[in-house]
Amino acid sequence: MKNPIAGGAGRAAPVEVALPHSRASQRRTLTGLLENERFLALVLLTPTVLILGMFIAYPFGMGVWFALSSISVGNPGHFVGLKNFVKAWNDSIFRIAFWNTSVYTFWATIFKLVLGMWLALLLNRHFRGKRIVRASMLLPFIVPTVLSTFAWRWMFDPTFSVLNWTLYKTGFIVTKLPFLSNGDWALWCAIVVNTWRGMPFFAITLLAGLQTINTDLHEAASLDGANGWKRFWYVTWPLLKPVTVVVVVFSIIQTFSDFQLIYVLTGGGPANSTHLLATYAYQIGVAAGLLGEGAAISLCMLPVLFVVVWIQLRYLRRLEGA
Amino acid sequence: MQRRTFLKTAGVAGIVAAGRAPAFAQGTKLHIVRWVDFIPEADVELRRQAPEASKALGAEVTFEFINANDLQPRITAAIQSGAGADIIQMLWNWAHLYANALVDVSDVAEPIGKAQGGYYDVFNASAKVGGKWLAVPHGCGGNAVAYRRSWFNEIGVKEFPKTWDEYREVGKKLKAKGKPIGQALGHSFGDPPVFAYAFLWDFGGAEVDASGKKVVINSKGTLESVKFLQAFWKDACDEGGLAWDDTNNNRAFHAGEIGATLNGASIYIVAKRQKDKIKDDKGEPLYQDIEHAALMPRGPAGQFALYLPFQHSVMKYSKNQKLAKDFLKWLHQDANYGKWFEVNEGYSVGATKKWEDNPMWARVDKPLQVFRQAARLTRAFGHPGPATAKATEAYTKYVIVDMYAKAVQGMKAEDAVKWAEGEMRKIYEA
Repeated sequence: MKNPIAGGAGRAAPVEVALPHSRASQRRTLTGLLENERFLALVLLTPTVLILGMFIAYPFGMGVWFALSSISVGNPGHFVGLKNFVKAWNDSIFRIAFWNTSVYTFWATIFKLVLGMWLALLLNRHFRGKRIVRASMLLPFIVPTVLSTFAWRWMFDPTFSVLNWTLYKTGFIVTKLPFLSNGDWALWCAIVVNTWRGMPFFAITLLAGLQTINTDLHEAASLDGANGWKRFWYVTWPLLKPVTVVVVVFSIIQTFSDFQLIYVLTGGGPANSTHLLATYAYQIGVAAGLLGEGAAISLCMLPVLFVVVWIQLRYLRRLEGA
Repeated sequence: MQRRTFLKTAGVAGIVAAGRAPAFAQGTKLHIVRWVDFIPEADVELRRQAPEASKALGAEVTFEFINANDLQPRITAAIQSGAGADIIQMLWNWAHLYANALVDVSDVAEPIGKAQGGYYDVFNASAKVGGKWLAVPHGCGGNAVAYRRSWFNEIGVKEFPKTWDEYREVGKKLKAKGKPIGQALGHSFGDPPVFAYAFLWDFGGAEVDASGKKVVINSKGTLESVKFLQAFWKDACDEGGLAWDDTNNNRAFHAGEIGATLNGASIYIVAKRQKDKIKDDKGEPLYQDIEHAALMPRGPAGQFALYLPFQHSVMKYSKNQKLAKDFLKWLHQDANYGKWFEVNEGYSVGATKKWEDNPMWARVDKPLQVFRQAARLTRAFGHPGPATAKATEAYTKYVIVDMYAKAVQGMKAEDAVKWAEGEMRKIYEA
């Protein structure tokens, strides 16, 4: 019997019976679908994919298109192939910016690593007011970059620098130091400010890493006669390497693509001598309105960062496997 | 008479006279972006006028003031996103650079020009593109060399030097006293190009020829100017100027750190308005010791100037273009514009010649009188060629400024000029 109730339930019966049957069937279908791992994964991943697509893939795709086109402000432009990249490569300021970006990233990362490690080791000791010191150490990292860089800019001001004033009054100098008015000085000033700002990130991350190291290992090494340096080199450092690689990768990405600090401190000057790729891309793309050329300059950061990150992550995988 | 017909025929003046507001949708807002003026009272006056304009136009008029160096990024972002302020202030000849995104405002600019004795030539060059006004001229910021009268007297100089050679000698003596000449040579919208372009022209240099297509920067005149500046910078200038923006020389002058600097009238005006705070080394109000030389000294090719013309553009993406145009008509009515003009005391002069005859000029101090006809004197970017988008691009990339900045930092003069030639070729011959 196909439908035992239908015969005795009058005209409306088939409909009434059909509905619950249909709902149950739909529910079963849905449950079945959700039990399908592939479908469930698709459902769960869809929001993430949409968000990533909207906020990362779409802007990235637009950036690539811009870099391959002659778009300028108010003018949609057309496809020009690699012309913008060739133009950038033949541009002396681009080469200066590329060099500056590499120098800035290299030295700032080294300084942040060394000083951050030193600070982390100090903070890993027990002393009174440890928590307050640890919290206050994060201040440079918490203060908005633009705000703190403005303060540094005042300290390096060509006319009213408090550093120059102090050095002059204490008899260390007789003429003003050209903090921001000499290209080489200005780049080193930027490295100093970046180190000051980024060091807490290194210190706090390495400190977290240090605290996972079992103190028994240090005690054992001490009993075997290892001094402070040997304990660091043979016990602390090998165990801290994975954390260090991760923090260095983050730092390289952030420093290589830095914009705010240079924009506020020097604006890329004097005479373009402190431009980084990001600030030069901004100068060309946004200020001068040559969006295609600006995008091409900006995109030149990608392969460099990709290679650096790839090498470091491979190294990390090897460390983990060892 | 129907309201629409009335509006068309009588314009905004009629609206105001009749005490009625035009029919803009309720809650309509008009957003205007301008620079933060070097005369703070000028911004205060515009803010004060905003409710009056709102009442007259029947829409809410709001001003936003941003750092002048952020105007170009803001314009780019607004055009590309198709959203933002309805009216944006254009400096120099930016209208050429953003031509595709600006509304033709000839119907606003032409009648104002005709009624007010005509615009200065610099506005035809800077705001008119392809025969159409893409920006309504608003004013022009003149420049002059502000110098300390007493310090010049102390070194035996009674009159401002007539030639660059004389000025170098004066600068040497000033620098020896620790009061050098201050000149911004960094990446900033006003002072560095105002100096660098005029200096180049004084020595007979130019970026392009009269056709505006052939790059001629690598010339004897340019090379001479670069060599001269290398010596002048070392002998007479505050070498920190390489990192200065438009505000540094104002602060340095007010603090008594420099003896002379090329600037707008703001150094004098601010010193006078804050006379209780800004004092000289004897404790007297500093403004009393400030003198202005109308032009920088004469070079081998003559004595030239580059002053800052500025205008207002209505953006194509704006949904309130009619309202924006009505506002600009309202802004340029004598009664409204006159109040803003007088607050400026010569820092910004009128865009039309009529304002040279304003009674204000009889009231302002003698050092400010030099700005009265400033707008007559200026050349525009790209001279002797037209002030095209290419000329604006060269300015925006600071090619001329950086040519000098590179040279004073130690690059060989020939190499600095060659570098500038390469950059100019990329711009003009691309």
